[in-house]
Amino acid sequence: MDPFDAIAMSRPARGEAGRTGDWRNARPVIDASACVAAKQARVTCQICWAHCPDACIEQGAPPSIDLEYCKGCGICAEECPAGAIAMVPEAEHGVCEAAEVEER
Amino acid sequence: MTVRILTGNESAAWGARLARVQVVAAYPITPQSPVVETISAWVQAGELPAEFIAVESEHSAMSVCIGASTAGARTFTATSSNGLAYMTEQIWWAAGARLPIVMCVANRSLAAPWNVLNDQQDSMSVRDAGWIQLHCRDNQEILDTVVQAYRIAERLNLPVMVCYDGFLLSHTAMPVEVPTPEAVDAFLPPRPAPLQVIDPADPRNIGPVVIADRRRDAGGVLRGGYMELRAAHHEALLSALDVVAETADEWERSTGRSTGGLVVQHRLDDAEVVLVAAGSLVTQLTLVADGLRDRGVAVGVLGIRCYRPFPVEALRERLSGVRAALVFDKALSYGYAGPIAADLRAALYGVDGAPAVYGAVCGLGGREVTPEALTDAALSALADARAGVRERAVAWVGRLSEEVSR
Ligand code: SF4
Ligand code: SF4
Repeated sequence: MDPFDAIAMSRPARGEAGRTGDWRNARPVIDASACVAAKQARVTCQICWAHCPDACIEQGAPPSIDLEYCKGCGICAEECPAGAIAMVPEAEHGVCEAAEVEER
Repeated sequence: MTVRILTGNESAAWGARLARVQVVAAYPITPQSPVVETISAWVQAGELPAEFIAVESEHSAMSVCIGASTAGARTFTATSSNGLAYMTEQIWWAAGARLPIVMCVANRSLAAPWNVLNDQQDSMSVRDAGWIQLHCRDNQEILDTVVQAYRIAERLNLPVMVCYDGFLLSHTAMPVEVPTPEAVDAFLPPRPAPLQVIDPADPRNIGPVVIADRRRDAGGVLRGGYMELRAAHHEALLSALDVVAETADEWERSTGRSTGGLVVQHRLDDAEVVLVAAGSLVTQLTLVADGLRDRGVAVGVLGIRCYRPFPVEALRERLSGVRAALVFDKALSYGYAGPIAADLRAALYGVDGAPAVYGAVCGLGGREVTPEALTDAALSALADARAGVRERAVAWVGRLSEEVSR
């Protein structure tokens, strides 16, 4: 038997824990005007990148976040020394707006 | 081969030594402690080239075993009673992670109230965790079963619990044949590669969250969800029925000693009533059956060596045509029945010609189980069976109800 079918095991790869973006109920939004890296226009700080448990922040000035896998834990917002990351409820982005729900 | 006078605990330690265990992690608890004391003395003296890891609890003992076994080491531990209860979370983990750990359980009652003496409530309380559970009748079987357990475990990637009665076996000395290391090496090869090879060139996440749904892995292969892994585990456990039996046969071929495969039987021919139990009680029941046979009563004994997986087919076959089976449980599923009795009833349900199954609870907290009480219980089962009784309340053997209430 393939050991991968006998025990919980995976090869580290993008999305191996599943589409963790589905878990999110608040999304991190970076305010570039407050981000240290963006203000310096250099890849500095990157503290959010270092702390993200899902490795879904890409380095940059400002860094960018892969919302396909960001699970919305808020650690990056908590750790950002400039307070540049806000956790905005998903409902405000419209993703949770159920389209037309038919009357039954 | 040498014959030594060994306690059950020393026999367990010898089994582990002959199996060339590489990592032993344990926390002391009565009546198991001498197992790991013996092993640690050997390690200290350089007689056993193993890593002995003293930990601060049974939960940690099993955690260390899980880590060591994941890395590919042959791992051993032993515990009893509340120690087993304390490691329960990790017992489930070891099974679900399919690690071939072998653990001896010197069976002891569970608190409250505190009591250090024998019954089988401890291992029964984790019968559903997905381990193979083997029960031993005497000290020879403890040594033999520990060695066999590694072969079974490593063939199936399943952990094995080797259970034996606390004090009745753990602290009772008897002659035990200790095979030579060469004989055991010929029977038990080194552990094959584990399911989870730890290799920096091919890194793995071991034990990640597994969601409910099936999904494609990074390579695009469709992988099971939680249910598929659990079903695979269940099927592996069921396949252990063949492996346990085959391993016992091979052991018999290599040592000349029969330890029983799934069940052990004694004087089943034409038996009207069959006495069923696990552990040292089986040895005692064979004497009871012999006594009754001398009096012309057709009584046989069926000992359950392999309790998980439950040997349904073997039991159906051995009990076909018998009037009644009387199961002696040293444990109770409180609010229902003795666990072996309940399992046997379920195994025989709807089978043509199956015997009535009566349950009796005995020996809780070390209460003495006398041959007289077992004989009386067998005779009353026989009377009920002849009277056509199918259902009967759990009988308490050796319970001093009148004296206590007076
Ligand atoms: S730290 Fe949490 S919230 Fe921030 S990007 Fe990573 S997963 Fe998303
Ligand atoms: S931690 Fe905050 S300031 Fe630092 S790079 Fe990330 S967003 Fe910018």
